[in-house]
Formats: sequence, structure tokens, C-alpha cells
Amino acid sequence: MGDVAIKIEGISKQYRIGELQKYKALRDTLADAMYSPFKLFHSIFGSSNTEDKGGNGTIWALKDVSFEIKHGEVVGIIGRNGAGKSTLLKILSRITEPTCGYAEIHGRVGSLLEVGTGFHPELTGRDNIYLNGAILGLRRAEVVQKFDEIVAFSGTEQFLDTPVKFYSSGMYMRLAFAVAAHLETEIVLVDEVLAVGDMAFQKKCLSRMGQVSKDGRTVLFVSHNISAILSLCNKVIYMADGGIRAIGAPQSIISSYLADVLANCGEDLERLRVQGYGKDVWFSEIKMVSNSREHLLFGQELVFELRVFSRRQVKHLSIGCTVFNDVGHPVGTLFTSETFSVEQGKQYYLRLLISNVSLAPGSYHAGFSIGYGGLNGMRHDLDIVIGSPAFRVLTLSEGEGAMPDWNRSWGNIVFKDAQLTVV
Amino acid sequence: MRAIPVFVIRRSHGLASLNLRELWHYRELAYFLAWRDIKVRYKQTTIGVAWVVLQPLAMMAVFSLFFGRLANVPSDGLPYHLFVLSALLPWHLFSRTISESTTSLITDQRLITKVYFPRIIVPVSTIIAAMVDFCIIACLLFAMMLIYGITPGLRVLWLPLFVLLLLVSSMGVGFWLSALNVEYRDVMYTVPFLNQLWFFLTPVVYPSSLLPQQWRIFYGLNPMTGVVEGFRWCLLGKGEGLSPMVALSAIVAVSLFGSGVIWFRSRERTFADALGSTGV
Repeated sequence: MGDVAIKIEGISKQYRIGELQKYKALRDTLADAMYSPFKLFHSIFGSSNTEDKGGNGTIWALKDVSFEIKHGEVVGIIGRNGAGKSTLLKILSRITEPTCGYAEIHGRVGSLLEVGTGFHPELTGRDNIYLNGAILGLRRAEVVQKFDEIVAFSGTEQFLDTPVKFYSSGMYMRLAFAVAAHLETEIVLVDEVLAVGDMAFQKKCLSRMGQVSKDGRTVLFVSHNISAILSLCNKVIYMADGGIRAIGAPQSIISSYLADVLANCGEDLERLRVQGYGKDVWFSEIKMVSNSREHLLFGQELVFELRVFSRRQVKHLSIGCTVFNDVGHPVGTLFTSETFSVEQGKQYYLRLLISNVSLAPGSYHAGFSIGYGGLNGMRHDLDIVIGSPAFRVLTLSEGEGAMPDWNRSWGNIVFKDAQLTVV
Repeated sequence: MRAIPVFVIRRSHGLASLNLRELWHYRELAYFLAWRDIKVRYKQTTIGVAWVVLQPLAMMAVFSLFFGRLANVPSDGLPYHLFVLSALLPWHLFSRTISESTTSLITDQRLITKVYFPRIIVPVSTIIAAMVDFCIIACLLFAMMLIYGITPGLRVLWLPLFVLLLLVSSMGVGFWLSALNVEYRDVMYTVPFLNQLWFFLTPVVYPSSLLPQQWRIFYGLNPMTGVVEGFRWCLLGKGEGLSPMVALSAIVAVSLFGSGVIWFRSRERTFADALGSTGV
């Protein structure tokens, strides 16, 4: 087996701003033709996506990206929204062409840029398995052969002959992922698809992907789920502004990524928002108001101020808050038991107080979600922002002076109320 | 271990290669997309398949009344019902293919922006779905021929050739319109109008013998003229069969198809960007 699976040299992709929303009207082209007949000829028969020389009205989604991936490597791609991760995957899966540059791919590519691409709501689960299989490049015979396995993996046996429009969103995702999980291509490209679905199924998917890589397959996956990347990948690519910022071993790349994210936190929640969220209800500001904005003493309570804006009326909302440590592992999570409602077009200020915090001294950052549902049952989030605010827990403890340095290998939680009795 | 294929990704220039091997590899997808369209269509309608039969029957009745009975349009000496139905059979497929293939790429834009496959599969699948209707209407026509006691004779052996010509014309026009519609959305608003105009430029409700002899050859510039005349000639024994007019139609159809495929294949690499929500 050849050593190199993916080799990329100087790949760039330029988009015209507005190209994606606007389409040309025939009328305009015809009107142009009145003034300059040669331009029309050029615009119709000339090569398409011509590079814009002036650079005005264009943006580089990717700029001069080069790297090499070997067979059997599992590579995570991290970076903020708009860093070019998805564009890179689209080019590698041949959905769109690069503006310039060159790439070589050794092996068949299965790409999973969206779960359930091509699912038709009117068709039954069974029909959609075949349809989706064909769309992902599986042969009919292969689907027939793996059908039972796919169904078992998804756990939707009793709904096979129900149109998928009646499925819950969780069931829908499970079925869709099950088909994709049975692709047997040498190279798998996955874009931020594990962000959805319940925890149990996420775990199943992650372990399935782990299995995939043990078969010697190459996996390239984009995720905001830092702990998934830490546990699965043996290499991480950190992208920023259309280029590669760093590439290497997961631990070091992730810490430098998080350091960058936290250095600019607060300025722009948009960049910390998980893609696809924040459409109807969103956080417009999140800050820590504990003691100072950046740090708190050991044992002090955590106080956050959240500003929420809503575009529609939603009831029974609650806030989810997760605290992550310096390598991106979640340390703890809470869902507020108090719920609130929002009206259309209004802004709300919320204050979240977490007392009796047992966080050990160190660097942390928080992630917030707003949605309904909670620990029991499925939670449906409307907005998720991860990375802000970042704070440090100091080794100073309130009222008791300094505490000794905390050894990192002890973990992130200090158990405070222990009792030892000799019996 | 199986040999590992190598793909090279770079910006393509000029006319892309047709890459027929790749198209062959994805043939199952064309079939599945057509199957989806058929299944969904019959699922959403209450009387389902009956629509396929009712539509041409109703058109046949209306045309027979207005053109055949009231306006006394000649029908080459055939019963007007049969005369019209034999033309509606290919026309129906043509008109459905062009209207559905035009919007097909927009309808399937989620697929196009998220998965790679040769995009030409999408318009091809619309014609496959339309062929089901074609077969049903053909049965209807054969039944009517039995009732009228008309047997086609040995000329019917030419029918496959004209069916092929029908498919080639429909796909040729379909490729052009669907590819143009990605860039110029005006196209899909023009198509209903185009469809009507084309209908009257095709000898469906009247015979081509109505035109003066010396102009008839130019009538063949419309590929559907040759198709419709050919269908009548094969099945009912009237109209023009292997004439210069039909030959011209065939030439036009083949060149529309050829240029359509080349145009489509050279534009398809930009479809995902043109259709994408946000590529960045």
C-alpha cells in the first residue's frame, strides 16, 4: 500500500462576494450585450470562475494550503468559523474545484459533509437507506448485503416502513449516520456532523469511527468537539483565515488553538458560535462578573452575565453551561432548573450564579447553550457558544491565604467536603 | 488487496473530458433518483397512476373536439383521436423532460452542494422517470389502435429508432436548459412559455403535410417534427417516415444532444459554487 493518502500543494479557493446569493439574470447579460457584444461572448464562452485580478469583491476562502496525510492517519481539523475547514473538505471531496493548486488522493473518498443528504421526507426509512446509500456511492448490492447491519446500528427497526417525516430528529440522525457509517472507502471526510444527536449515539458514532481508522482507513474530520479530536486523532491541523496555522500532535496544537481563541475572547461571539446555531435566539454578550473579569479566587462563586436576543417567541428555555479545562476537556456541566420565556424582537439580561465551585486552580473556559430540555430527555439547543469567557482560578483561596500549587495530574476538581472517621 | 485508485484535483480548463467511464460507474444513482421521483409523485397524489392516463386522454378529447371536429383540421385520413394520441405520446415525454430537468438541479441543490457525483445524472434521472409515463401512454395508444382495428405492419420495426431520437432530443434540450438555469434563473420562468410555443411548432394537432412542399424541409429544424412524424409513420402508416425533413430533425437532435453534453460537462464544476448557500 502506498504511503501517502492525501497530498495537497498550494490549494487556494477564491469566491466572489455575493456570488453565492445572487444569480445572474439573463436580462442583465442581454442588457450588457447591448453595450459590449464582445463581453457577452467572453462571459458565456470564456472560462468560468475567472480570478479577479483587482481583488475587489472577492475573498480567499483558502489560501495556499499544503500538507500530506499518510494512510491510516486520523486527522482532526480545528479552527474558528470561516477559517476554511469546510471549503477544504469540499475541494477534497471534489464538490467544488480549487481556484489554483493541486491535490492527489490515493483511494476512494467517502464524504459525510451533512448527515442524511438526499433523504426524502415522504419516503420510508427502508427506501431512504437505499437512496442515501446510492448517493454516498454504495452499490445496490452492497446496501442489500449490509442492510440488516445498518438497521441494527441505527436502532430504528420498528419504524422501517414509516416515512421519515414522522421520525424524531434523533431517530432521523441515527438512521442517516448508520448508512454513512457503513461506507467502505479508503478515505473518509467528515464535517461537524457529530455535533448533533444524543450523547449515547454520539459515543457510538465516535467508537465506530475509531474502528474505521483501525481498519487502516484514513479519516479527516472537522469538529468543534475538542475532546472527540483528542481521543480519536493522531494529528491535528489548525486552520485560520484560509491557511494552515499549525499542524502536528493533538495536545500541542489544541493548546495553541485554545490559547488563540481565549486571547481574543469576548470580542466576537460570532466566531465562537457552533455552526448552524443562533438563528432565532442567540447570545449577544457573555461575560464573567465574579470578582474580576478574568480570574477568581479558589472557592469563589462563578457569576456570568448573559445577554440574549430573540427573534421569535419561545417558552421553557433554560441555560446550559459547561466548563472546559485548558486542553478542551469538559470538566462539568449544568442545566438551569429555572426556565424563562422570550418574546419576539426583545433583548434579555440573565445572570447565572454557580456557587460552591470546586474547580482546581488553572485555566478554564466556558461554553453556553440556550434551549429546552435538559439532563433527562433530549435537549434541543437554539444557540451554542463555546470558548467565552475564559478565566483562571487562582491559587489564592478566599480568606485563607495562599494554597499550595495544584498538581495538574490531580485533576480539575477539588473535593472539598470530605470526612474521615476512624471506625 | 484491490488496487487503489488515484484522483487528481486541480482546476480544469476549457472543455472537460466527457469521462464516460465515470458516468457508467454512477448509473445506479440515476436509476435511484428516478425511482425516488416516481415513488414520491405517486405517494403524494390520491389517484396516483390514473393521472398519467387521464391527462393525455383529456388532451386528446379536447383537441379532437376543437381541432378535429370544429376547426376541421385534416388528419391524413386517420381518426383524429388516434392521430393526436400518437403525437401526444412522444410530446408528453418531451415536454415533461424539459420542464422538469430545467429545475432539477435547483431542486437537488442540497445533493449537489454536499456530495460529489457527475451532475448530469440529475437531468438524466428526470427523463428516466418520465419514461414510466411514456410506457403507460403507449399501452393506451396500442389499446386504441386495437379498437380502431389498425395494425402497424412491418414499419413498426423502425419505432425503436424514433424512440431513440425522442430521447436524444429531449435530453439534448434538457441538458442545455438545466445547465443554463443554474446561472440564469430566468430560464425556468421561460420554459412554460417555450413549451407552449414549441407545441404549436410541432405537428401534434395538425399534419406536416399542411405546410407547402418547398418549406417542409425547414420544418425539420425542429427535432420534434421528425420525432412526431416518425411515430405516426411507424404506428399508423401515415405522415413522413424516412424523408429529408426527418433526417434534418435527426441531425439537429444529435447536435443538440452532443453540444448539450459538452456544455453541461464543462459547466458542472461550477454548479456547487453557484448553488451553494455559503461555501466559505
